[in-house]
Amino acid sequence: MNIIVFLKQVPDTASRIRIGAGGKNIDESDITWVISPYDEYALEEALKIKESKGTGKVTVISMGPERVTAALRNALATGADEAVHLIDPTFEGSDAFATAKILAASLKNRSYDILFFGKTGVGMDQSQVPSMVAELLNLPQVTQIAKLEVGDGKVIAHREIEGATETVEASLPVVLAAEKGLNEPRYPSLKGIMAAKKKPLEVVNLAALGLNASEVGAQGSQVVLTSLSLPPERAAGKILQGDPRETAKQLAALLRNEAKVI
Amino acid sequence: MIIVTLIEVRDGAAKKSSLEALSEARRQADKRGSTVTAVVIGSPSAEAITRTSTFRPDRILVADDAVFANYSAQAYAKALDQAVKQENAEAVFVSASAMGKEVVARTAAKSQTSVLADVVSIDWQTSFKAQRPVYSGKAYAQVEAKPGTPAFVSLRPNVFPLGEAAPDHKPDVQKLAVSIGADDLKGKVTETHKTVTETVELAEAEIIVSGGRGLKGPEHFHLVKELAQVLGAAMGASRAVVDAGWIDHQFQVGQTGKVVSPTLYIACGISGAIQHLAGMSSSKYIVAINKDPDAPIFKIANYGIVGDVFQILPALTEEIRKLKSE
Repeated sequence: MNIIVFLKQVPDTASRIRIGAGGKNIDESDITWVISPYDEYALEEALKIKESKGTGKVTVISMGPERVTAALRNALATGADEAVHLIDPTFEGSDAFATAKILAASLKNRSYDILFFGKTGVGMDQSQVPSMVAELLNLPQVTQIAKLEVGDGKVIAHREIEGATETVEASLPVVLAAEKGLNEPRYPSLKGIMAAKKKPLEVVNLAALGLNASEVGAQGSQVVLTSLSLPPERAAGKILQGDPRETAKQLAALLRNEAKVI
Repeated sequence: MIIVTLIEVRDGAAKKSSLEALSEARRQADKRGSTVTAVVIGSPSAEAITRTSTFRPDRILVADDAVFANYSAQAYAKALDQAVKQENAEAVFVSASAMGKEVVARTAAKSQTSVLADVVSIDWQTSFKAQRPVYSGKAYAQVEAKPGTPAFVSLRPNVFPLGEAAPDHKPDVQKLAVSIGADDLKGKVTETHKTVTETVELAEAEIIVSGGRGLKGPEHFHLVKELAQVLGAAMGASRAVVDAGWIDHQFQVGQTGKVVSPTLYIACGISGAIQHLAGMSSSKYIVAINKDPDAPIFKIANYGIVGDVFQILPALTEEIRKLKSE
């Protein structure tokens, strides 16, 4: 069973977001970069599947600038067998579809049974790329997976939707996207960190993918981000203190008569 | 010009968040002199078609062949794509629901374009512009669709209001014939289990009552639940208590949980870690109940009580019950 896990490097969820010069990106100066949390569930699940089958290979692929190497090394130390770094200045500004084209192109000449993603890249929060990669490759998909069984030539996945769980059956190869709750990701061991240094990390650019500059980046994107701003500050609220019964009564009255929400 | 919208069918009924997308399509179409085509995929009841009609689409296309009874992202995207091409749509509006996000992404890819995903406001003049939260609401991005392909847009549930119902509106209803083969059904739903029975679903809730570490243990979560029940609200939780195993992660609000925008959000014993605030700070009214007056949650609260949740929650539940029965 060959599994490819797509990783996205994102700001740590505890990061305070500031807008960078130019107003289209975040200020990266104080950002700690991590693997997007949902991608960690995808990687853990891939490692578990490989361990239970006793055969196969886990490849991690990430698109992004130089700093992404750290995320890939971390994944290798956690147990992935090999890594691929998709890096090219022309990739900058790619929308979800341009990104999906780049990821799909990176799969040429690779064999896979499962393409694993996190359900969303924490940050841009689009949840679009896995479905678009599935469409480009004409593959079935299951996203928001909280439980997974891998059978012979197929998967049975439990998908969390609004107020319900859907059981989805899909044939291999398949695109999967992990939800929180799928597993508890492991940490890299010291032995793993040492072993990772000898594992292959391939660097792939635009030309190697066989794509044109016009198909990727801002040029190859139909949806463009024109500006980034911080949410408006909320005005100071009414904070009550004192006797619990009395303050509860005041609050109920405010919600009914002032906010008119109950 | 035509705006196409997707109507999701659950248990035979039209899903509320897709009716919100239809309502917004109607408002935009009225401004532009365009028409609206609602595409209903699944096994809709007659009542679902009637309800969809009241939100004034000009036309309804129904894809209700047996193959659509069980959801398949591939097959549903093929149906929506056919409607988009047949209607020569200028824009496609769907709800950013679990189903909507999958279907619109695949359909947009068929048109060689991306999606303006999970938008909270639309500014459509000569070009299609929208605003969407990023970093779970820690920032907002302005996005724009270039001309040349339809604008595919997913709308955040609970943000765009339902239009005023027009019970006498009679759209043209037609069948959408789609040819679906085995290659389009490589993955499909075989079973659906409801997980929310006694409380309202988080993403669609008007009111949410959430509990955090201040409750001291899972045995006290009933205080949150009782307040939620009297308000007809959904129940939520902070990451700390989900990670501690007090409650299932489907209740988690925040950057690695659900991002919600209810009318009223009541945070009980939640201090307001940055990743929790990211998930709920776009709520219209925020109420904080916490014993620590310096808790960050108070900085974004419209109303707050500094005090003991164990005393305040029962008292508040009682007061609201009284108000409701008046």
